[in-house]
Amino acid sequence: LASWVPVVGLEIHAQISSNSKLFSGSQVQFAAPPNSLVSFFDASLPGTLPVLNRRCVEAAVMTGLALNCSINKKSLFDRKHYFYADLPAGYQITQQRVPIAVNGSLSYSLCIDNKMSQMVTKTVRIKQIQLEQDSGKSLHDDTRSQTLVDLNRAGVGLMEVVMEPDLCCGEEAAAAIRELQLILQTLGSSQAVMAEGQLRVDANVSVHHPGDPYGVRTEVKNINSIRFLAKAVDYEIQRQIEELENGGTILNETRAFDSRLGCTVPMRDKEGKQDYRFIPEPNLPPLILYDAKSLPANMNHQQVVNIDWIRERLPDLPSVKRAKLVEQYEILPEHSFTLLNEEGLTEFFENVVKQTQMKPRKVIGWILNDLLSYLKQHSLTVKESPVSSFLLADLLNLLEKKEISAAAAKQVLAELWKGEGKTPLEIVKEKKLELIQDQKELEQICQLVIDGHENEVIMMALR
Amino acid sequence: PEVTVEVLAHLERLALVDFRDEEGVERLQKAIQFADQLQEVNTDGVEPMDSVLEDRCLYLREDDVTEGNCTKELLKNAREKVEEYFVAPPGNIPLPKLDEQETSLQGS
Repeated sequence: LASWVPVVGLEIHAQISSNSKLFSGSQVQFAAPPNSLVSFFDASLPGTLPVLNRRCVEAAVMTGLALNCSINKKSLFDRKHYFYADLPAGYQITQQRVPIAVNGSLSYSLCIDNKMSQMVTKTVRIKQIQLEQDSGKSLHDDTRSQTLVDLNRAGVGLMEVVMEPDLCCGEEAAAAIRELQLILQTLGSSQAVMAEGQLRVDANVSVHHPGDPYGVRTEVKNINSIRFLAKAVDYEIQRQIEELENGGTILNETRAFDSRLGCTVPMRDKEGKQDYRFIPEPNLPPLILYDAKSLPANMNHQQVVNIDWIRERLPDLPSVKRAKLVEQYEILPEHSFTLLNEEGLTEFFENVVKQTQMKPRKVIGWILNDLLSYLKQHSLTVKESPVSSFLLADLLNLLEKKEISAAAAKQVLAELWKGEGKTPLEIVKEKKLELIQDQKELEQICQLVIDGHENEVIMMALR
Repeated sequence: PEVTVEVLAHLERLALVDFRDEEGVERLQKAIQFADQLQEVNTDGVEPMDSVLEDRCLYLREDDVTEGNCTKELLKNAREKVEEYFVAPPGNIPLPKLDEQETSLQGS
């Protein structure tokens, strides 16, 4: 059986975290009354003009720098034309010719063979990042043969991140997107919550035999979570391989992922190849960015975006945070991944460490094995934990001082989960879980056991 | 300039405009001819200009909420509305396939 090389390229649209939209002053907010966050420009009324939001430019520059891109000091805006009810202007303002950032990379980690202990670092190249407008939302009402349009989302700023097709499977795609999500959230340039449409991923998938040119690719859309991304990519790879092995061909089409059935299906709305008739956006001059060297002397600083200024103020990226955790607390790399993957967990861990004498590399076990598994079982976030870092530290101190055994500590923790407001010490006393340190008392207990089991003692003596 | 059946069909689909008659085709040909006069200018070594604004500064706005909240006014423009949503025809109505479509040259 000839081997197949799958090729996966991702296109990501991340909604910029800003108060107002990319080219207008209407508010950016999820879930508001329909058409209440819409300005005349967003509705494409004649006579309105786009005015660029500086915060969106800064968000794109931050993201470009975090992804090791070259920032284009001069970038241009274009119009991409197509007809759809949620695109009132009939075109989207985007950056097709010269985007704001190019040629970057994203490093991510994968577990080999599902073992967290063996992690390997991989890289995917970033082709470019461009600023563009989001479209409105269409609600299809097939029963009444109509579409309801809400323009609240129309004009919201997006960063489109285009990756090179360096990925080869669903697992890699999921890991890369997870890391990108963490980076965006750390920067604050996007909240990147997939469930709220702030992070949308389309996957381009093709397969070919080693040595052959790339095969025909399909575009997979409607992927609503990272888990589904992995499934959709792997399904599509399998589907294409089976199709080709049965002598069929792959159509260059757009397919939607059906999460219920776990498969991809052709999308009815797309019609072959679109001609978008790109033209320069005539209402916007080129976007000029500056750095320390090129900064003009007497320019209004509100009108200036300084790349170096932004670079100096970048927060620690996830990879740096993980390295610091490993160094500072002597925990394993895979521990640092889990800490960062769970919202609030790092803070919780560090708070416990601060309040206990137990060594961090012992504390981490309690955090990852006991606390986290409990939270997962009950679908709780770290913030919702009935056991606070203070209580856990209190408990771990009892263990560290050898006042209780590890087994007893687990029992106390089980009680603490009930959230009845008792302290660890109270529970220990209640359930009489104290470790007995008194030599005489221990001897008495041992003697009692021996006295109560005469037969067994004789058996032991005879051996 | 040659205006072929294929070019016409392509343009009709993009612009959703009918060139159903000979007059339309003729007008299109004249328009292209008029615009072609631009080709007579020698532009060797000259960068194409996008806009007369190219030397202007692109104004950057502060990220403040200054607009919106005018649902009633916007919906005044709508022919049809349902509970503050604009109403549009369903999805994208697929155009008939190219070979099924009558073009003006065939029809005339």
